[in-house]
Amino acid sequence: MDAWDEYTEKVMEHYENPRNVGTADNANGVGVVGNPACGDVMKLTIRVEDDRIVDAKFKTFGCGAAIATSSMVTEMVIGKTVTEALHISNKAVAEALGGLPKIKMHCSVLAEDALKAAVDDYRKKTGKTDLATK
Amino acid sequence: MKPIYMDHHATTPMDPEVLDAMMPFLTSDFGNPSSSTHIYGRQARVAVENAREQIAALIGAERSDEIILTSGATESDNLALKGLAFRQTAGKGHFITIATEHKAILDTAEFLKKQGFEVTYARIDSYGVVDLDDLRQQIRKDTLLITIQAANSEIGTLQPIADIARIAHENGIVFHSDAVQALGRMAVDVVKDGIDLLSISAHKIYGPKGVGALYVKKGIRLQPLLHGGGHEHGMRSGTLNVPGIVGLGKAAEIAGRDLATESQRQLQLRERLRHGIESRIELVRLNGHPQQRLVNNLNYSFSFVEGESLMLACRDVALSSGSACTSASLQSSYVLRAIGVAETLAHSSIRFGLGKSNTAAEVDHLLDLLQKQVKRLREMSPLYDMAQEGVDLENYAWSPHDHHNH
Ligand SMILES: Cc1ncc(COP(=O)(O)O)c(C=O)c1O
Ligand code: FES
Repeated sequence: MDAWDEYTEKVMEHYENPRNVGTADNANGVGVVGNPACGDVMKLTIRVEDDRIVDAKFKTFGCGAAIATSSMVTEMVIGKTVTEALHISNKAVAEALGGLPKIKMHCSVLAEDALKAAVDDYRKKTGKTDLATK
Repeated sequence: MKPIYMDHHATTPMDPEVLDAMMPFLTSDFGNPSSSTHIYGRQARVAVENAREQIAALIGAERSDEIILTSGATESDNLALKGLAFRQTAGKGHFITIATEHKAILDTAEFLKKQGFEVTYARIDSYGVVDLDDLRQQIRKDTLLITIQAANSEIGTLQPIADIARIAHENGIVFHSDAVQALGRMAVDVVKDGIDLLSISAHKIYGPKGVGALYVKKGIRLQPLLHGGGHEHGMRSGTLNVPGIVGLGKAAEIAGRDLATESQRQLQLRERLRHGIESRIELVRLNGHPQQRLVNNLNYSFSFVEGESLMLACRDVALSSGSACTSASLQSSYVLRAIGVAETLAHSSIRFGLGKSNTAAEVDHLLDLLQKQVKRLREMSPLYDMAQEGVDLENYAWSPHDHHNH
């Protein structure tokens, strides 16, 4: 079975031409989540100015769905306030891609986790203590 | 356009000559070989016996009645192990195998364990080759069978089957070998190699799916899995799959006929691919034995790149990967894990299975794709960056929940 037979055009498009690959300049929030032993690692860097995410970039080791959701989540968070960004769920990212094959839904969790980790890191660095994740 | 097929360990396309041989037996010559009262039956019987001889010739069997026709190698492997186990009156006895066998062996062995038999996995080295000293050590008074494959379907590693056979026979033990991947790619001779039981599958040698055979050396008794009309000397009941068997026979004949030229040709393609990968792409690792391997197999880990994403990038070519991301179970390849390949590298592995249809131009096209896409995916890989920065990836605190404290 090729899982990618079930990838939507949007997933393929983001996989082929991922947006925002790299490391954000002057990043003040970094999230590294996943584990290479599980097949996926995502690193998300964000730059927050006046509580708004002005830049987000990613690097991902993972399947096509993991790369596409990484790309999509960077597009979704840029321009949002930190609080707004934290409301983005993995489901929302998957929906924005026109859906993911069922066995690939777990890959989108990586994007949500990376976002939370990056925001946590930003809040810690800037002295805020209300952590985004439990 | 369909991708270039380079996954010949999974299955092979049927040779048109094989289809031609089968066609009459699907239509006009439809008789049941058990019908002895008319021409229809006799015709079918002649065709089956001819196929049996073709199969025997491919593996060097002295007698065609040593070939038991089955529904494929899964059944052949089951028949070899269970057939030998259950000829014992009680659930007693010991089996030796290795951890990189096909699931048809491993799951059967685990089933037998539940029935009271004992199974030992002999040590293998990091290439997947069985350790003969350890194999000798594992032999017990009640060892019934050693079953070790001729060649591995993922990493291509060949086993020293003649040596294993000698060790088995010195100790009065039966030797079974799953030769599914080896046939048509290297010479296999049950007499010279000393094989007592040998599994064959038609669809891996350009024959039809759903048919195979078990070579059973004269004098070895097996308990049948299927009871009924007493076909195949009572060892395997069921009306014979005449078209399939004729197809297997023809495929065996062609495999023997073309062995020298085709194995040489595929070896050259393999070396072309190997040199291309190793000279054009850095940080790659060959899985399996560098020399003792199938002429049509390569298995590489492309560090810091996940296998599914690489196959997706190279989807012009049909390949397979040991990455967990490509399996429904989300488990990486048990073969790679058994030879001690780190999880990260297992996730980065791609298996290349060359076959008759492949050409040097296809190999070159694949090399261009691989070079370009590995580079693209590495530029996207956080692991590649971390490695460049000197981070020890094996010992990095990866827990996804520790991001509060770094
Ligand atoms: C080594 C080996 N043994 C057994 C089998 C099973 O063969 P079949 O598909 O004919 O049941 C295969 C095929 O996947 C194989 O590669
Ligand atoms: S990252 Fe492994 S399945 Fe998506």
